[in-house]
Amino acid sequence: MNGSPSILEVKDLQVTKAGTLVLDIPALMIEEGEILSLIGPNGAGKTTLLQTLARLIKPSAGEIFFKGKQASPNNSDLEYRRRVAMVFQEPLLFDTTVFENVASGLKIRGMQRPEIRKIVAENLEQFGISHLLHRSARKISGGEAQRVALARAFATHPEILLLDEPFSSLDPPTRESLLADLESILRQTKTTTLMATHDRMEALRLSDRVAVMNQGRILQVGPPAEVMNQPLDEFVASFVGVETILPGRVIRKNGGSFVASIMGHEVEAVGEVELGESVVFCIRPENVTLAVHPSKESSSARNVFPGKIVKIIPLGLYHKVQLHCGFPLVAYVTGHSLENLALAEGKEVVAYFKATSIHVVKKKGGRV
Amino acid sequence: MDLILEGIKKAFLLLITLDPEVMGITLLSLQISGTATLMSLFIGISAGTLVALSQFPGRRVVVSLINTGMGLPPVVVGLFVTIFLWRNGPLGFLEILYTPTAMIVAQAIIASPIVMGISLAAIQALPKNLRLQILALGATRLQMVWILIKEAKLPLLAGVMAGFGGVISEVGASIMVGGNIKGYSRVLTTATVMETSRGNFDIAIALGIILLLLAYFINLVLTHIQQRERPR
Repeated sequence: MNGSPSILEVKDLQVTKAGTLVLDIPALMIEEGEILSLIGPNGAGKTTLLQTLARLIKPSAGEIFFKGKQASPNNSDLEYRRRVAMVFQEPLLFDTTVFENVASGLKIRGMQRPEIRKIVAENLEQFGISHLLHRSARKISGGEAQRVALARAFATHPEILLLDEPFSSLDPPTRESLLADLESILRQTKTTTLMATHDRMEALRLSDRVAVMNQGRILQVGPPAEVMNQPLDEFVASFVGVETILPGRVIRKNGGSFVASIMGHEVEAVGEVELGESVVFCIRPENVTLAVHPSKESSSARNVFPGKIVKIIPLGLYHKVQLHCGFPLVAYVTGHSLENLALAEGKEVVAYFKATSIHVVKKKGGRV
Repeated sequence: MDLILEGIKKAFLLLITLDPEVMGITLLSLQISGTATLMSLFIGISAGTLVALSQFPGRRVVVSLINTGMGLPPVVVGLFVTIFLWRNGPLGFLEILYTPTAMIVAQAIIASPIVMGISLAAIQALPKNLRLQILALGATRLQMVWILIKEAKLPLLAGVMAGFGGVISEVGASIMVGGNIKGYSRVLTTATVMETSRGNFDIAIALGIILLLLAYFINLVLTHIQQRERPR
């Protein structure tokens, strides 16, 4: 990426737990100063990867290079551990004051008291919790506790920050304000950060790159827009928010576009494919438009399908509309258009989407 | 009824006037049991922490042995300490049988498994990821153990109190290895046994009240510890 030096490089990393391979990363590079999000469902190996990089778990195979120097897993890793910091899902504060908690990493390093005081004050200020200085860690809220945990990690001035779902136990408003603060602090300090999360919006918002993980493997790494719009496979597609995933077979080619048969319906898309090839169409719900009657606008889109509304699920700002047009299709509509079009479950509508808005994934092995 | 009322009246008089004999016995009790508890603290906390933090084959057996040790019958301890310290015994050359030192040894043997068992449970009850978090903060293994012990300080204090409570109220071993010698190895429990058998109920009741007060104080601290919350 932009030729910036890599701070951490992983080669053929494997972790085995109780005889099962739980992590298998052939290669991963982390650039200095970047924010990389690990997203994936529970059990995908995000925590294992972070803990392995923090040198809390011994890998069963593979190498980790820190700033080009190999950090062998057998070496004493104290020096390395003192250059990275990790924040867990639970704040894991010590049973003492907030000050002592934030100071703990510095005390471990044998820093002098006056210096500790200065650094602790700075970090509490940064996270907006200066007023908690003398409070007992037992008597603060969940959001405050997670701020203290982050301040404790930042106080050690880590070269790499590893965050393991630090917001998952917080309620939405608390999470939102902490996320905003963390974002600005990370940008300001330019701290190299790896953050595990199962919230893809969180990942898309904070990160320079996103890595999608499942079953101990990284399926795709890239800038958020790339992962969102060009998922490499069905799993990544479904995980990054593509609601409609349709398998089909190429039946006709005409110039740059082609037509595939999806459950007996002809759907047009753009891409380089072979005739008879198995493909998967990924259609993002925001790219599907609904109308009550076929209109002028819809005629410019090649893919127009009449269908019936199966279900409408309110999602706050917009509504998720599940349709059946001979194949399942999901569209997002705003509350405004929901009212204008008088959409309701069971109503007949017309759905249209552009051929260019379909992301085409080619199936390896030709199975559908 | 008169016997009891009269006994209680005299007992309070003994306590209020700070009767030298009663005070002497109390002080010696606190000294012996306090020293024994201090010794058990070092043995119990270090061994308990070690077992809590390590994985080895047969660990379950060790843990169950420690738990059994928490209920070690004092007379059995008294018996074996007596045998070992007997003139012809393996440690007879020390010549400490029927001395306060022998009582301290016996009481430390009784209290150590109690402190050990509670330390083991206390360290194990800490959040599983806390160990990783401490290491992630850059701690050495030794620093990590020390921080964990500090984190478990309240349940550990409970262990110390339980150990102290066990030995201060124990009579079997103390009488066997201490001999209940007046002004030398006579403690609250052994004195109570003797005064009761002699029919000196007033002194026996006074001593009993002191033991009860100590038990109350210990439980007050334990209750306070139990009601505290862990930080997030």
